[in-house]
Amino acid sequence: MTAIIEPAAPERAELSGAQWKPAADPKPRLIRALRRADIGIIGPALILAFLLLAAVAPQLLAPTGPLDVNPSESFLSPSAQHWFGTDDSGRDVFSRVIHGARDSLMIGLLATAIGLGVALVLGTIAGLSGKVIDFGVSRFLEVLLAFPGLLLALVVITILGPGVVTTTLAVGLSTAPGYARIIRSQVMSVRRSGYVESAVVLGRSRWFIIRRHILPNVAAPLLVLATLGVGQAIVWASSLSFLGLGATPPAPEWGAMLSAGRLYINNAWWLTVFPGVFIVLSAAATTVLGHALQRHLKDR
Amino acid sequence: MSEAHTSSHAPALSVRNLKVAFGRGASAAPIVHGVDFDLAAGECLAIVGESGSGKSVTARSLIGLTGEGAQVSADTLQLGGTDLRSLSSSQWRRVRGAGIGFVLQDALVSLDPLRTIGQEIEGALRLHTKLPAAERRRAVLELLADVGIPEPEQRIRQRSGELSGGLRQRALIASAVALKPPVLVADEPTTALDATVQKQILALLNSLKEEGTALVLISHDLAVVGDMADRIAVMRHGEIVESGPTAEVLGDPQHDYTKRLLRAVPTGRPRGARLSVDVVTVSERQRQFYGVHRDQGQDEESETSVLVGQNLRKVYSNPDGSPRVAVEDVSFTLTPGTTLGIVGESGSGKSTVARMALGLTQPDAGTVTLLGREWSSVKERDRRPLRRHVASIYQDPLGSFDPQWSVLDILADALPGSRGLARAERESGAIHLLETVGLTSAIARRSPLRLSGGQRQRVAIARAIAGGPDIIICDEPVSALDVSVQAQVLDLLDELQREFRLSYLFISHDLGVVQHVSDEIIVMRHGAVVEAGRAQEIFDNPQAEYTRSLLAAAPRLAQAVHGGNR
Repeated sequence: MTAIIEPAAPERAELSGAQWKPAADPKPRLIRALRRADIGIIGPALILAFLLLAAVAPQLLAPTGPLDVNPSESFLSPSAQHWFGTDDSGRDVFSRVIHGARDSLMIGLLATAIGLGVALVLGTIAGLSGKVIDFGVSRFLEVLLAFPGLLLALVVITILGPGVVTTTLAVGLSTAPGYARIIRSQVMSVRRSGYVESAVVLGRSRWFIIRRHILPNVAAPLLVLATLGVGQAIVWASSLSFLGLGATPPAPEWGAMLSAGRLYINNAWWLTVFPGVFIVLSAAATTVLGHALQRHLKDR
Repeated sequence: MSEAHTSSHAPALSVRNLKVAFGRGASAAPIVHGVDFDLAAGECLAIVGESGSGKSVTARSLIGLTGEGAQVSADTLQLGGTDLRSLSSSQWRRVRGAGIGFVLQDALVSLDPLRTIGQEIEGALRLHTKLPAAERRRAVLELLADVGIPEPEQRIRQRSGELSGGLRQRALIASAVALKPPVLVADEPTTALDATVQKQILALLNSLKEEGTALVLISHDLAVVGDMADRIAVMRHGEIVESGPTAEVLGDPQHDYTKRLLRAVPTGRPRGARLSVDVVTVSERQRQFYGVHRDQGQDEESETSVLVGQNLRKVYSNPDGSPRVAVEDVSFTLTPGTTLGIVGESGSGKSTVARMALGLTQPDAGTVTLLGREWSSVKERDRRPLRRHVASIYQDPLGSFDPQWSVLDILADALPGSRGLARAERESGAIHLLETVGLTSAIARRSPLRLSGGQRQRVAIARAIAGGPDIIICDEPVSALDVSVQAQVLDLLDELQREFRLSYLFISHDLGVVQHVSDEIIVMRHGAVVEAGRAQEIFDNPQAEYTRSLLAAAPRLAQAVHGGNR
């Protein structure tokens, strides 16, 4: 409530001194933000850091390779030796889950990137063009939105055939229409804003305005969408693998591991629970961070 | 308060040593320290001060709505026979509405958009009285008629969004006085309204006062309250710096701050007279800096007009497809180094004229010519090279700044040929501009979000002059500002005009402001020109009936006040 009295010492007082220090360097702000951050941010951040390490250097964390079979040690329950137990071929489930992080995160990130990339192009074109093109693009997006997202992904896979690459593409393309709609409306509101009008009055070209005003102001909320999207993409990609349409069994992909472990769920729960837990953890961590980022940007 | 007051009654409201602070313990920030006043029935006390002076907090503490975290203390806080200091929240609910009414500045947010105004007003009656429904309805209709709302039978079914600003404010007043409270507190009740509507609302409040309501009127504008207040208390930094009968405070102000507030009122002040104390002067260095940009392509010094609009017409279509004429047959000529004022109420089409002058809206008929060249009829691509001759300032400067840009980015970007400049040149250019408008480089790296309203408008002005324009289109540039800040901005615009021979197209609903700044004036109503000519002639001898009614409605301090104050 100090805001009420702040302008009371009008103009002058504030003008005289250089008491205000510019926050030019973003690093101290990040550190300050971290210091203030609660467990709700630190927890997910640690989980993501762990997953990233697993994706970049799985050999540091995993005791064995993902495909190292050892038939004499099949179906061992979790123990000090095998934290997450072993599967039907005696492969160490912990090692496989760690090695699976790379595929799952890659699919999640790439799919989101594809989705946002396609959406950015479609949404910007629709938002900036005249009525006819906007009408065309918008109706096309609405037709795509009429299909449930996963169904759309299945259509793409049916056309392109199963596999990791097509799963990524399928998830990316099927999330694009939703993003594109958001981007379109964001572009439109920025385009009609006072600052774009001011830029026109200053004699700025259309391209300059798109580059310097519209895209940066569309990008900020997009960052939030992207973090939220990664979690969703991971779940979708795992779902497709579970259905046997993405990564196929020997590969240590979480969805595929779930699917393979499903046969033994009565006797060896660890084959499904641990990959499942990791899917949940990674999706939840990115989503929680996305929301935190959203709040941060809103407060700014 | 030392002076004996005129009424023989016990005061309707008595306040002694009222203090309000926000926060607790060491971090407590005092907002109001020690306010005293008495108010008798049928009396009007005006509390005047600029934003942040604590006047609104004072008003809110009278109705127990200072909000969470506020520490209110007083030696006396007496409403009639009730001690307000120790009321519980349920006791407060009985006092509010029945014992003391409250009218806020913005009726649009104070009225529930989903309830009809009938329900809104009836609510108070239902809570506080046992009247049957039919009588309540009759009482509501009576109230609406009393506050001057035409066709109350129809209005009673409308929601606040369907009413004009004036009717909305009337409805809000009706709900505040529904229970005939002996005391009414009105916080900036007319600030958002056009002059003629403002006059009607003030007349309504005045009639309530004459019926015996004690009135506390809060405002930043001395001219508004001068007509109806019996006494004025001038507040600054949470203290009453001067108080007394209206004639004394306005006629013979003692405190410097009161003098400054009086001086800031533009109405009736001659063109070029300084309104604020701290006058900006443009230094030689800044003059040179500006001159460099200005001289590029300055070959039409001999021009007699810089911007000409001829028979402009603009028609929009209503949601139902029927045409709505926004501007009809408007012509204007702007000569170098002068100000053309366009005055009119909201919806008169003056902003559409500004947009056409800026080349943002294409007229349906007629043409705009800039420096002798086609302006409105050519493609944006062909307009662009001429754009640097025209700049603009808006009512809401914040909306015209990219939210991701700092003050430095905004100003550096507006420098001519900014993309070719080195970083150091951009920075020094931006800082020059800041100094020219009376700001310092200390705010250069801030986001405009963290500036006060006056500072934002100065940054907007700095951006407008960055390219060395010949013309600045000012669309309501001061209507969102306090009178004292408005005075500083108007003085700055005047100084820049003399210094750089700028021409202004100055659009405002405030007659006093337009009179003060303009050489020539166009009065607009319903999209058409009502009257046009030399400012002095129009103000001395208005021809059109509408101009006369506008002039009559403009709040003005008594002539004697200024006479004694010069």
